Amino acid sequence: MSVTARSQREHLSWGRTPRLRPARVVRPAWTSDVPAALAAAAASGQRVLAYGQGRSYGDACLNEGGTLVDTQNLDRFLYFDPESGVLRAESGVTLAQILALVVPHGWFLPVTPGTKYVTLGGAVANDVHGKNHHAAGTFGRFVTRLALARSTGEVLELTPDDDLFRATVAGLGLTGLILWVEIRLHPIASDQIEGRSTKFSTLAEFFALSEAASARSPYVVSWIDTLRPEGRGLLMEGDHAPDGGLPEPGVSPPAARLAVPVDAPGWALSRPTVRAFNAAYYGRQRAKAVETRGHYEPFFYPLDAVRDWNRGYGRRGFFQYQFVVPFADGDAAVREILGRLAASGEGSFLAVLKTFGDVPSPGLMSFPRPGVTLALDLPNRGERTVRLLRGCDEIVRQSGGAVYPAKDACMTPESFRTFFPQWEAFAEHLDPAFSSSFWRRVTGEAASRH
Amino acid sequence: MTVLIVGATSAIAHQTARLFAAEGAALALAARNPDKLAAAAADLRARGAEAVHELAYDALDDDAHQRVVTEATALLGGIDAALVAHGVLPPAETVHTDADAALQSFTVNATSVIAVMTHLANTMEQQGHGTLAVISSVAGDRGRPSNYVYGAAKAAVTAFASGLRARLHGTGVEVVTIKPGPVDTPMIVGVHEPGLLAADPEGVGARIHRAMRRGEGVVYTPGYWRPVMAAVRSIPDRLFKRLDW
Ligand SMILES: Cc1cc2nc3c(=O)[nH]c(=O)nc-3n(C[C@H](O)[C@H](O)[C@H](O)COP(=O)(O)OP(=O)(O)OC[C@H]3O[C@@H](n4cnc5c(N)ncnc54)[C@H](O)[C@@H]3O)c2cc1C
Ligand SMILES: NC(=O)c1ccc[n+]([C@@H]2O[C@H](COP(=O)([O-])OP(=O)(O)OC[C@H]3O[C@@H](n4cnc5c(N)ncnc54)[C@H](OP(=O)(O)O)[C@@H]3O)[C@@H](O)[C@H]2O)c1
Repeated sequence: MSVTARSQREHLSWGRTPRLRPARVVRPAWTSDVPAALAAAAASGQRVLAYGQGRSYGDACLNEGGTLVDTQNLDRFLYFDPESGVLRAESGVTLAQILALVVPHGWFLPVTPGTKYVTLGGAVANDVHGKNHHAAGTFGRFVTRLALARSTGEVLELTPDDDLFRATVAGLGLTGLILWVEIRLHPIASDQIEGRSTKFSTLAEFFALSEAASARSPYVVSWIDTLRPEGRGLLMEGDHAPDGGLPEPGVSPPAARLAVPVDAPGWALSRPTVRAFNAAYYGRQRAKAVETRGHYEPFFYPLDAVRDWNRGYGRRGFFQYQFVVPFADGDAAVREILGRLAASGEGSFLAVLKTFGDVPSPGLMSFPRPGVTLALDLPNRGERTVRLLRGCDEIVRQSGGAVYPAKDACMTPESFRTFFPQWEAFAEHLDPAFSSSFWRRVTGEAASRH
Repeated sequence: MTVLIVGATSAIAHQTARLFAAEGAALALAARNPDKLAAAAADLRARGAEAVHELAYDALDDDAHQRVVTEATALLGGIDAALVAHGVLPPAETVHTDADAALQSFTVNATSVIAVMTHLANTMEQQGHGTLAVISSVAGDRGRPSNYVYGAAKAAVTAFASGLRARLHGTGVEVVTIKPGPVDTPMIVGVHEPGLLAADPEGVGARIHRAMRRGEGVVYTPGYWRPVMAAVRSIPDRLFKRLDW
């Protein structure tokens, strides 16, 4: 049982800031109820937006003063073929629910973000990436078909050949409400991941290690200590093990054992705690490199083991920040941003570094592009933190990179247009009634339609 | 294992059906709305049900009760377990003053349930085995001013199931009465006071599955409703009538 009953859900984003409240929340029980729900919201003049599991961090899933359509009851599988690995499901189905169904049959998600508590709709709308971006590209590449409900009452079935499909993948939820999604799964022979964990003590070493690891392993990710500007960290790589067995159908994977039930006091993730954590994390592994093997759960979803960990940042919440910069400038830009963070004293608990490959996404507004990407979180200290992040945005702009909208609460309209110059072509596909707090912030669009 | 679910588009019943599907049971689903029924059936197929049959069932159709049991028996080759789940929570404003509306809701919540359970009991008694479960409600334990028409129908179901259980004792047929407290399903949207905590349907559905597996008698879910309702029943009428809830 969950700590908070589903009917009591708060409809914030994962960073719990900004706290922008919708005027209304509706929860359709059936996909066939959605067109009427959208029409009613549109007729009232309110802006509409889908809300999945609220695992985006800033304001991409928020719609202040408008209607949020919560998809949590659209949680049905529509088709699963254990022979071919084709799966079709309603958009509120979570990746966790998909894994529980398909792993026993020898299938895995083709791409997974660092938490399995995201919905299919959210995975498409942000065109999420995982540790295998260099090998597989984004989630959208594995979507073969989807259904989109528009506020005009239409329900469209779209394939990768449709322009509206390309706008909906990475479409930030703005092209309409995705009713269901069909994906191609990835075959596996066991639920184990085998690989290696290697220490690095400088950024230059990271780049060299990462290139070698990316050439041999489909999954590569690094953790980096942001309190140390030279860039020490651990690179983890792996692949599905050929042996080790699959679970029985119906046996659920290990659930979260720990929980943060209420907002923790503000000092819980303060500088001294972060420093201690980072030192312990880096120091835990003594050897330069160790072979690793274990269940996929801690490899892909270490944070899911602590439920509601985001409450550890206290009432004011926190910012997540992820950017990508092209390889050419990667080293310098990452170094510069790490330097600023270290100087500001804003240590990040978990900073993740990886490289994106050049596999193109079908999504018009997709965030990943070839280069190096860094993701980290920072406690919300108000204006100070916003200024710090806008400064980092500036560096990202100069090096021709981009910031991830799913993890953004600060970027200015100018930055947005620089990161996503295709935004005007994208805007032609918007549903007339759909909008989000993010979209209004970065485009200056009005909140009401009247 | 073969299972018939009457009112299979119910959010609670669907959670129970998922657990039977994951065990590889063959299912017959009866409901009145074919689009919703198709979505529910697809989900259960994907989750591993050996077979899923879709049957039309409208509780307001007098002929439907016998027909649905006959069809399910033929399709499944016998019914090992059945869950009767359909119901409506009519708005107080209407049913408190409109006798036709009150009786129509009573037909859905009680009369049709008695009819379909009678046919199921006959089939199961003849088979010599079966688990016959029905979703009643804590609302049937005492009539409250806000929902006594609904409560009266659930009281009828509870009493009916109690007698049926005793009558079938020793025949191999178990009768299971489920009494949920408020559950977060479409039924209570707009009717149930929003501030009040409603249980998640997953937990309630799982509890029903367990009760059916074990052939339990009367089950309150979540379990704390048993002592709560014992306390509510013991409030003297001269006090009870002053309560506005
Ligand atoms: C611990 C953690 C780790 C993460 N790791 C990664 C990572 O490695 N890679 C990565 O890419 N992301 C990562 N994320 C971000 C997360 O994957 C995305 O923000 C994802 O989109 C969240 O999905 P959601 O279902 O919670 O959607 P929400 O956050 O609720 O919504 C996100 C967007 O999707 C839209 N949307 C949701 N459902 C629908 C629908 N049915 N139709 C249309 N639009 C819809 C919303 O309108 C909104 O624009 C991580 C997040 C967390 C909390
Ligand atoms: N939710 C609660 O708080 C609560 C508490 C105690 C007991 N219960 C009981 O639990 C059972 C399931 O309800 P639920 O909470 O799961 O709500 P639900 O999802 O709204 O399910 C109710 C079901 O009854 C069906 N139904 C209504 N009238 C019908 C008719 N004339 N013919 C056939 N089917 C009809 C509905 O079909 P359509 O989809 O076609 O409308 C729907 O499938 C009900 O018996 C209810 O009384 C619920």
